[in-house]
Amino acid sequence: MAAKAQLTAQKLAIGYRHGTDTTTIAKDIDCALKGGEFICLLGPNGAGKSTLIRTLAGMQAPLAGELRLAGKALASIAPRERARAVSVVLTETMPSGMMDAYSLVSLGRHPYSGWFGGLTAQDRERIEWALGAVGALPLANRQVAELSDGERQKVSIARALAQEAKLMLLDEPTAFLDLPRRVELMSILRNLAHRENLALLLSTHDLDLALRFADRLWLMDADGRLIQGAPEALALDGQFAEVFASENLDWDATTGSFRAHPVACLNVQLEGDGLERVWTQRALERLGFGIATEGDTVAFSIKVSAGAWELERFGLIQPFDGIESLIEWITGIDWRR
Amino acid sequence: MVVVTLSVCIGSANFALSEVLGALLGSDNVNAIHRQIIIDFRLPQVVTALLAGAALGTAGLLMQTVFRNPLADPFVLGVNSGASLGVAIVLLVLGPVGLSLTDGLGASGQMILILASSGGAAATLFVVLVLSRRVDIMSVLIIGLMISYTIGALVSILMFFSMAERLQSFINWSFGDYGNVSWQQMRYFAPAILCGIGLSCLFMKPLDALLLGERYAQSIGTQAKRVRFFVLLGASLLAGTVTGFCGPIGFLGIAAPHLSRYLFQTSQHRILIPASILIGALLSVSADFVARGPGLDVVLPLNAITALVGAPIIIVALVKQRKLKQLF
Repeated sequence: MAAKAQLTAQKLAIGYRHGTDTTTIAKDIDCALKGGEFICLLGPNGAGKSTLIRTLAGMQAPLAGELRLAGKALASIAPRERARAVSVVLTETMPSGMMDAYSLVSLGRHPYSGWFGGLTAQDRERIEWALGAVGALPLANRQVAELSDGERQKVSIARALAQEAKLMLLDEPTAFLDLPRRVELMSILRNLAHRENLALLLSTHDLDLALRFADRLWLMDADGRLIQGAPEALALDGQFAEVFASENLDWDATTGSFRAHPVACLNVQLEGDGLERVWTQRALERLGFGIATEGDTVAFSIKVSAGAWELERFGLIQPFDGIESLIEWITGIDWRR
Repeated sequence: MVVVTLSVCIGSANFALSEVLGALLGSDNVNAIHRQIIIDFRLPQVVTALLAGAALGTAGLLMQTVFRNPLADPFVLGVNSGASLGVAIVLLVLGPVGLSLTDGLGASGQMILILASSGGAAATLFVVLVLSRRVDIMSVLIIGLMISYTIGALVSILMFFSMAERLQSFINWSFGDYGNVSWQQMRYFAPAILCGIGLSCLFMKPLDALLLGERYAQSIGTQAKRVRFFVLLGASLLAGTVTGFCGPIGFLGIAAPHLSRYLFQTSQHRILIPASILIGALLSVSADFVARGPGLDVVLPLNAITALVGAPIIIVALVKQRKLKQLF
């Protein structure tokens, strides 16, 4: 999948200019976006993800450094030409009054259409392709205002696709969506990147999904550094933990997720396997118990087998026929004493 | 068409349709005085009403799109108040101080008013447009509003120190009137309006893009700042010209685009611009027709009629549509 880089940045500094004042958010960024690569951009709030995306899209001038699109300086490319090469999906909501999904997507053809914006057969074909690519064809005639958040996000991505740009930058497209919709959207985007050979950069707060779907990850830390690598490499070498480090959070390298510090220090011995064990462990961790290893003193022990739980405490054995009643029992006791 | 015909026929003196046609076609068996009334007074008034309505409808649509605000009207940039300051200076200051000015010019007193209000509108417009190039679109809206307030305050001060009869003529101006444009003045009025409408027609496509907001518009290759400048220029040229020649005509500019959207259920400017032109012109001629009070001897203030007739229509349209907040 080695393609030549579409967009390259060298020694890029991003931030804002207000008159003579400049606020630098990040600097010395070297990065490249290549066709066929699906990259997720992660970082804590305020690290500058949106600013980076807007700068790469040419919507905001970099403070320093060089941005090249297919070898040409990005700033020197005419807006219409640039629109044919770079499309964006931004966080701001699309106004949608009196517009059906088809018309909204057709706005993506502006860089190709003539003075009055009339659509040719080729334009229409591309619009339908874009709607189909995100599974939004059935929405074509619906008013955008009536769509759900997930549907609107699909239409908005279809609009960007209609631009036929080889480079697509998306700023938190999965925010406001429920989990199944997020997974759906991520897989649509990844497949598009691979199938259509698009260079796709997406910022998100969804670590888990990013780890599962991205070809590469870019991590922006609070100091404005950009760390790049394969998702698994960043998880293994502790970069994740470093970027998102905070007093109350632990990076769990086994599951690839963050969790709050356990509050209590009581340990529970857990035996058994299967799905029931996994979820029992999660329940215990959520309730503030640690899972005992050899030699720990334990508050109680639980034996899990298919569909049945046995809890032993002070030598007494208590059976439960569901995890619900087990949790109820555990929360019913004041463990602080 | 029906309203236009009625407007020409009916007024403080009523004419039969045949007489009107006769006058227009230059037939010999029409009373010379009647012909003069029809050709020199009625006809220019109706044409003025049509052009002014079309202009205000278009300008309102442009402003609503550029500001992405359903409450924007052609005068958000303060063009209106600029014009009123110009007129106030002529009527309330120059009038009393240098009476000779208006006396000496006699018949062209009307022309002075037109020049004053156009000048005032143009000056305000210039200030706002210069400022608008440096700030974002919301700030432009607020700057326009603040300039309106400032100028309004100046006008109030002028009014406070003025004589009652001078005030009366200023208030008369602020009622709005289509009857002040003679064929002579139409030579400036009509081309200015047609220019403004033509200019806005050139921007149908980028206006559609602006519906997405300036950032998205840029991302699909629109030069948002440039488009914004020209669209504001066009809209203000239209609004300023109408205010200059006819006084401040409220309401039409906000009503015509809303009705167009409601009737055609679209946001595309390819459809909305012609629709706003037609609906604006129609509303305008109808309001003028009602204002001249068929069957009455008085002429009601045009400004009151436009709002009185049109506001209920808009309310009904919006209540039925229940989507005002989603318009932008």
